[in-house]
Amino acid sequence: MSSKVKTSTSENPVIRCESVYKIFGDNAASMMKSSGGDVDAAKFEAAGCIVGVNNASFEVYSGELLIIMGLSGSGKSTLLRCISRLTKSTAGKIFIEGEEITSLSNKKLIKLRRSKMGMVFQSFALLPHKTVLENIAFPLQVKGISTDESMQRAKEMIDLVSLTGRENYFPRELSGGQQQRVGIARSLAIEPDIWFLDEPFSALDPLIRKEMQDEFLRLQNSLNKTILFVTHDFDEALRLADRIAIMKDGIIEQLDTPANIVLNPATEYVRKFTEEVPREKVLKIESIMDAYTEGADMSDLRISKDSIIGSVAESVLNTNRPVAVVDESDKIVGMIQRSNIINTLFGNGHSE
Amino acid sequence: MIEAIRERKSLQFLLLLAIFFLMYFFIPQNESNWLWRLPPLFKTLPTLINDSVNFVMFDWWPIQVYDPEIEEYEDKPLFGQITRAFSSVILFLIEFIREIILGGVKTIVTFTSWDWATENKWARWPALPWTVVTGGMAILAYALSGIRLAIFVMFAFIYIAVFGQWEPSMKTLSFVLVAAPVAILIGLFFGVWAYKSKTVETIINPLLNIAQIVPHFSYLIPVMVFFGIGDHAGAIATVIFATPPMVRLTLLGLKKVSPEVAEAGLMAGCTNRQLLYKVLIPSARRDILIGVNQVIMQCLAMVVIASLIGAKGLGNDLLIALNRLRIGQALEIGICIVLIAIVLDRLSLAWADKQKDYFADLSFKERHKYSLMFLVVFVIGIIVAVIGSFIFKEGFNYLNLIPHNKGITTANFWQSGVDWIWDTFFYSLKGFNEWFITSVLVPTKLAFLGMPVIATFTLLMGVGYIVGGIRSALIVGCFLLFIALTEWWDRALITSYLMTMAVLISGSIGIIVGTICAQHPASSRFILTVCDTFQTFPSFIYLIPVMMLFGVTDTSVLIAIVVYSTIPATRYTVEGLRSVPESLHDAGSMSGVNRFQRWISIELPMSFPHMALGINQTVVFALSMVIIGAMIGTDDLGQLILKSLSDKEGVGNGLILGFCVACIGLAVDQILRTWANQRKKALGLA
Repeated sequence: MSSKVKTSTSENPVIRCESVYKIFGDNAASMMKSSGGDVDAAKFEAAGCIVGVNNASFEVYSGELLIIMGLSGSGKSTLLRCISRLTKSTAGKIFIEGEEITSLSNKKLIKLRRSKMGMVFQSFALLPHKTVLENIAFPLQVKGISTDESMQRAKEMIDLVSLTGRENYFPRELSGGQQQRVGIARSLAIEPDIWFLDEPFSALDPLIRKEMQDEFLRLQNSLNKTILFVTHDFDEALRLADRIAIMKDGIIEQLDTPANIVLNPATEYVRKFTEEVPREKVLKIESIMDAYTEGADMSDLRISKDSIIGSVAESVLNTNRPVAVVDESDKIVGMIQRSNIINTLFGNGHSE
Repeated sequence: MIEAIRERKSLQFLLLLAIFFLMYFFIPQNESNWLWRLPPLFKTLPTLINDSVNFVMFDWWPIQVYDPEIEEYEDKPLFGQITRAFSSVILFLIEFIREIILGGVKTIVTFTSWDWATENKWARWPALPWTVVTGGMAILAYALSGIRLAIFVMFAFIYIAVFGQWEPSMKTLSFVLVAAPVAILIGLFFGVWAYKSKTVETIINPLLNIAQIVPHFSYLIPVMVFFGIGDHAGAIATVIFATPPMVRLTLLGLKKVSPEVAEAGLMAGCTNRQLLYKVLIPSARRDILIGVNQVIMQCLAMVVIASLIGAKGLGNDLLIALNRLRIGQALEIGICIVLIAIVLDRLSLAWADKQKDYFADLSFKERHKYSLMFLVVFVIGIIVAVIGSFIFKEGFNYLNLIPHNKGITTANFWQSGVDWIWDTFFYSLKGFNEWFITSVLVPTKLAFLGMPVIATFTLLMGVGYIVGGIRSALIVGCFLLFIALTEWWDRALITSYLMTMAVLISGSIGIIVGTICAQHPASSRFILTVCDTFQTFPSFIYLIPVMMLFGVTDTSVLIAIVVYSTIPATRYTVEGLRSVPESLHDAGSMSGVNRFQRWISIELPMSFPHMALGINQTVVFALSMVIIGAMIGTDDLGQLILKSLSDKEGVGNGLILGFCVACIGLAVDQILRTWANQRKKALGLA
């Protein structure tokens, strides 16, 4: 009984979008009505409208990291803003934990944001007149939490994002990476369930970006938020995502796990993206392992079936015996040999 | 041929000039000829305005008001009652601040009555000793900024006290301390409103443009009619004049706030109010502060003008001194105004830049450091004043209050300096002056007056057409038509003549000086600082030294205008040249240009649009000075505005005259701005 309840809650998505449209322009609403749900971007553009999001339907589950990937103008940020209600969608329904939010009153919306949502912005969007500490404490203070308590919490957040000692700096005195740490800390200050990140690392140098991605993964491992993450960087998406939604001209072209997107691109557009992606960076050991042969001369090494090939390739290549592949419960489910790895790295993986 | 003209703007200009001169020389100067002068169809407009103002003021919407003197209800017009209530609030605030510093009885009277105050002689707010005020201001400066500003403020106030200008200065200060905050609040309000509503923005923008060009004098007359005469009227006129830049800069600042910052505020769960006060306004504070600074400057610039409708203080004294040609005294008063302007300016900037130290764990003594310091200054000041009352048994207690014009003065020194210059250079100055008037000013003036109205229209609308197409031509035409249909076309021509002369001279000086100074970062910074400082001075100040040299003539007016309006020309030239990207310099150098070639072919074209905006500002500055020049004596629109001030039925005349001046400015503005924007777009700068 209890397990049944648990499965049903875990099946309840945290975010659910049903045919969400966002169309910019003065006569967007009437155009939408007359189209009857079949939006043709070219027709709308001729009428002076711009289609931002075109019929987006998907779900995000608790603790999941969904990345919305697309080039500039693909509508990815618009979709994010529809869900955070920074812009109002033209049509469709959006549910947050079962609550329909497109028709939410301003008061309820503010309450929702104060309790459940946090957002990180591309340009950091820190308040220039406030110090690091004040910036992080800001969401707590507008919520009405006492100065003492909010400062205390803000300090904890500063420790969390490793900015200890810079409490009284102003944003202008920090580097880009540090500013975004403040942005992250601010968005987490109210301990939201849902975390929106709008190209959080795009404005950073490549090296810093890598560092911040690691930091982000570390945070997510310990916090386990439900995350909607927007980026134009496919590598970043592959590195971080549980699932990726690829958008083009407002339409979600494909929504799937990184491995599936690389292995089975749904459209020509997605295929172009995945063409140059090295397999070993996306695929899990599971997808190339052989069946386990009882009594084989195994190496002492054991690797998880969920590990990405690239991350374990070196250790496999360094042993000359087959390596056991195990699942979460440490049960052997297969084995992998040097040849498997070499085939993936240098073989003709594209023909798969 | 026609193709060539259509292609090339320079040919179009030549053709236009040719048509203009044909008209100029062949249209007969005959009053009944409409090509020469249009009939004054708007002649009745001033009377119409007067009548409606009178109606609103005295007849519209009568309400029952209880009159305690005759103990009966009386019919009084609503509007008059509202303005009266408003005036008394402003007046009370001014008197309140004034009496805290200078002492007095009016505040107490407000809460009791004159009878009670006369019976109880003790009920009198005593004046603070000047030492206490000076010390207090210095401590304020120390608290906001630091020791350097404190020392400056202290010296400024000591100067004011020692030179016997304490009372008028404090009167001026109390007046500014009321007018400036009111202007700032109103400006913020409208700026925010325009930011929130597109409709309000479209309504407010042209109003701001007009308000900035309509000469200050024109405001005085309706203010006088609606609010009477006195400090409050001066303050209200000042507020009207000082608010537009505040609105503009608030709007500009709010618009510059990145949308992501606003979104961050929303996502933090801000209500609309929190978003405005905690996110938007603080994020826009750089520009809003410039607005505050502008308001303070405008307030002090208005000090002299406001004294025309009864504001007491330095402005009034300066006006009297100028009228009596007491140059030395005028100079000392002028310095006081400038000092107050700089002190308020620096204090407001320091206040805004002050950062809160959130977490410092302070003891009681440290937290109330400044209050304690003031308390000490207060006690010492009182003790010194009491001691002073023993020392100066006879006459004035200089340690309490240095009475007006009883301080030391250098007026005689300056006066003798003026006399010396006058004696030594009399003939050369007079010679130059006479030559300049008879062979430059008068002929130009006559040339302007000899222009047939149709020629003027053709020239300006033609330029408008070449620059901005039919739309600009029509807009320029409308502005001109308005002036042409009033009875003051000739006066407007004289104003334009003074303005044109001044703009030509200031423009050339500004561009030359600006270009030279822009060659090095250090000298650019220096000249920009100089511009800032000069802009701090109220425009009246410029009349003082010029009158010392050239007396009451058109030359003086022209030179004063030139000095004042060279500031924007220089500033914009420097800014424009400095904003040319370094990479273009490098690109030029790699193409092998020398410095002069670089200036001609790279820097100048790139910065020309910005310079054009500078010239536009020069026009605005010059127009505002032309009117002030009327106080020395010119015979243009300004003179008539000045006259309508003392005219009982002057509202209509004053407003229409002011609007005529504004029309000149707006017509020039239309042409220059359109051109500059086009060029900027073409150069990819916009």
